[in-house]
Amino acid sequence: MAHHFRSFLAAIALCLPMLAAQAAVDPALLRPLAGDDPDARIEAVARIAALASDDARKVLQALQDETLYATADGRVLVADDAGTLPDGAEGIVVNNRLRAAVAGALSGMALLSPDVAQRRAAAQALQGQAADPAQLPLLRKALLAEKEADIRATLQTLVAVADLQSEDAALRKAAVLGLADSGNPALRAPLQAMLERRPDGSHAEPDASLRAAAEATLRAIDSRVARAEFAGKLFYGISLGSVLLLAALGLAITFGLMGIINMAHGELLMIGAYTTYVCQTLFRQYLPGALDWYLLAALPAAFLVAFGVGVLLERTVIRWLYGRPLETLLATWGISLILMQLVRTVFGAQNVEVANPSWMAGGVTVLGSLVLSYNRIVIIAFAALVVAAVWLILNKTRLGLFVRAVMQNRRMADCVGVPTSRIDMMTFGLGSGIAGLGGVALSQLGNVGPDLGQAYIVDSFMVVVLGGVGQLAGTVIGAIGLGEVNKFLEPVAGAVLAKIGILVFIIIFIQRRPQGLFALKGRSVE
Amino acid sequence: MNRPALFSKPAWLALGAVTVAALLLPLLNLAFPPGHALHVSGYALGLVGKFMCYALAALALDLVWGYTGILSLGHGLFFALGGYAHGMYLMRAIGRDGVYQSALPDFMVFLDWKTYPWYWAMTDSFWYCMALVVLVPGVLAFVFGYFAFRSRIKGVYFSIITQALTYAFMLLFFRNDTGFGGNNGFTDFKRILGFDITAPGTRAVLYLVTLALLVGALLLCRWIVTSRLGRVLQAVRDSEARLMFIGYNPLWFKLFVWTLSAVLCGIAGALYVPQVGIINPSEMSPANSIEMVIWAAVGGRGTLVGPIIGAFTVNGLKSWFTAAFPDLWLFALGLLFILVTLFMQQGILGLIGKMKRRPAPADAAATPAASKEAA
Repeated sequence: MAHHFRSFLAAIALCLPMLAAQAAVDPALLRPLAGDDPDARIEAVARIAALASDDARKVLQALQDETLYATADGRVLVADDAGTLPDGAEGIVVNNRLRAAVAGALSGMALLSPDVAQRRAAAQALQGQAADPAQLPLLRKALLAEKEADIRATLQTLVAVADLQSEDAALRKAAVLGLADSGNPALRAPLQAMLERRPDGSHAEPDASLRAAAEATLRAIDSRVARAEFAGKLFYGISLGSVLLLAALGLAITFGLMGIINMAHGELLMIGAYTTYVCQTLFRQYLPGALDWYLLAALPAAFLVAFGVGVLLERTVIRWLYGRPLETLLATWGISLILMQLVRTVFGAQNVEVANPSWMAGGVTVLGSLVLSYNRIVIIAFAALVVAAVWLILNKTRLGLFVRAVMQNRRMADCVGVPTSRIDMMTFGLGSGIAGLGGVALSQLGNVGPDLGQAYIVDSFMVVVLGGVGQLAGTVIGAIGLGEVNKFLEPVAGAVLAKIGILVFIIIFIQRRPQGLFALKGRSVE
Repeated sequence: MNRPALFSKPAWLALGAVTVAALLLPLLNLAFPPGHALHVSGYALGLVGKFMCYALAALALDLVWGYTGILSLGHGLFFALGGYAHGMYLMRAIGRDGVYQSALPDFMVFLDWKTYPWYWAMTDSFWYCMALVVLVPGVLAFVFGYFAFRSRIKGVYFSIITQALTYAFMLLFFRNDTGFGGNNGFTDFKRILGFDITAPGTRAVLYLVTLALLVGALLLCRWIVTSRLGRVLQAVRDSEARLMFIGYNPLWFKLFVWTLSAVLCGIAGALYVPQVGIINPSEMSPANSIEMVIWAAVGGRGTLVGPIIGAFTVNGLKSWFTAAFPDLWLFALGLLFILVTLFMQQGILGLIGKMKRRPAPADAAATPAASKEAA
């Protein structure tokens, strides 16, 4: 019995600088705390919490910290650092049940904190728990004082859920109707409980009109939840699509425009991801204050590194193989093996850790229950930016003009003075650099390891082939479409089967339309 | 038209000499005790047996790539399917000697399955499984090839979708619920047709069967490519459009050779599994299929003998490298891919041919129009 021992120590060692302070809470409320009746003690906690005053918070905090003492005549004292305890004061023993009640009450009281973040956290913490009617007065008080719209909405839901269990039919009805606007799936259980029958056959909710209202509210919530789920799939589909797009966009240039089967494309993604890792390490070492912004440095770095590797590959290997696509395929596969092993030798075979910057952590909640994480939103926006940039480069710059000219009619472009060989080099470099940018994005979503590229190579080719070779718009639609189909199939078939289903679909699709979704018009025997 | 001889006289002699030498290996293994100067270790015998399976797969690949211009990046799938078909029998043959002492294979006990799924029916029969070895890769290749060739998918597109196909199957076989052991695949085989699978005698027989089938397949393929059919196939490779204008429908020619190639590959896989003792879905990974292509390329594609030499060379190198410098093997393999495509398009046989008769033009069979297959 540690408490007795401690109070014993406090009693005999009065030299300890402890001053007992009478809590400024009505002693009648406090008295049951010192008693033996567990139910009375829990009720006392609830009533103290309902005071919602600063003193009440102090008492509860003391109870939680086990610095609340009771004297033999029933006075309850808070021990603080500056005082002594009267003789015979014993520590109040807190059992698990009481401790839970105190913790709940304290988190409820945080609703009244002046700090917005604390209030929001408290409201969200309460949301996860079962509604407790004892907290109702506190919730109402907090609701009156609250100015922030999102916290108000949370509190309103909490009050309504607590009201559902009220004795007053009018209150219950108001609560049922008030909940109709909510999309929180957690509300289903209390509403469902109203519709159930007790074992004796009577309804849990005696009022028939209220039952009908509850049913309507339940339906409204269900449809909201379904909508939120649908929106969630849509969002995750777009998110997956944008990842596929970033992975495939470089390939849309090297394979789509130039016709080079670059099996090392995945490794260019990997190089981008590892460049991000190196940037992060350098920032951590030399600029720890700006660590959050390492991605901004990683973007140009990844582009340049991948661009450099791409140009090197084009000059040393690929340019000797133009017009021999199958040989290109084999040679670039060899390159991919070498790049993978190189990374393994330099960075080790294990995955390296790339952390999201803090501004990408967290997410925004929409439609009640749908959390859109910031890193996915950022990557969707980033993919859109990269597509726009590629479009601009290809259609609005001199380099883009040359690229298109060489791809459409190499000999004629050569005749009018376009340096075709240099353009080949620059185009391949551009495609590789964009793969590097894709690698930065991938590093923010998944593991970064030497095998990173392998996971994306088949997908990337699928996207480009599906969209139609040489078509930027086709690649975009192909990627987003694949992402959406994948996310909508997943809950039905499971992740692996969904993926297999999509591969089979693409294989069949290519058989029907070998030229892809968007074919260039033209005549050709082949 | 006169059909050319299968091989020239010196080639027949060389083939015979190599076959006899290969025949001697298991005899040396069985006849001499370990430690004797003439003893061939079981490990070496197993290695050569494994390489012969690879050689058979490379030979099958050469039939479609070297002679018909269809580059498959999915032959690892047919290889693995043949292996799995044989593996099903070998798993059944374990009987109750598994870890769990159950009539079901251990991985099914682990999944808490009570009976075999329907597609395991009759797999306790060796000959049924042998039929599956031929039929499963054959039917899959036929159906896939029919649709692909009918819509005239060719060149890199065909390569990419074969890669997607093997990738999809790999994902499928990685699932535990597919009923083929998931990640671990099939292993811990005990016996084949009642014989202990680890006994030297059994291994020697497996080796001899592999050798016989390899030589048989080589002769069959050689017979096909020297026939009129073979000339049509080479015409498909060199200019499919021209062939169609002349009035041929390339579909059935391509489909025949594609299916045959898949079946040979499946047989190679079926021979591979009892000798290596394991089959798992990583055999279906796209990397394995591409590696097969490099065996054919290193030896010299469009030669049939070349891919066999290539399979032995590359895998011999691999065994040596992975033991001596494990970190360097992927560098070496990658360089091999690049150097062969850049500088050695005819592979080892091409080099030998060049050295032998520098002034004379190379003969037709040994020098396919390598640069034109996708024109």
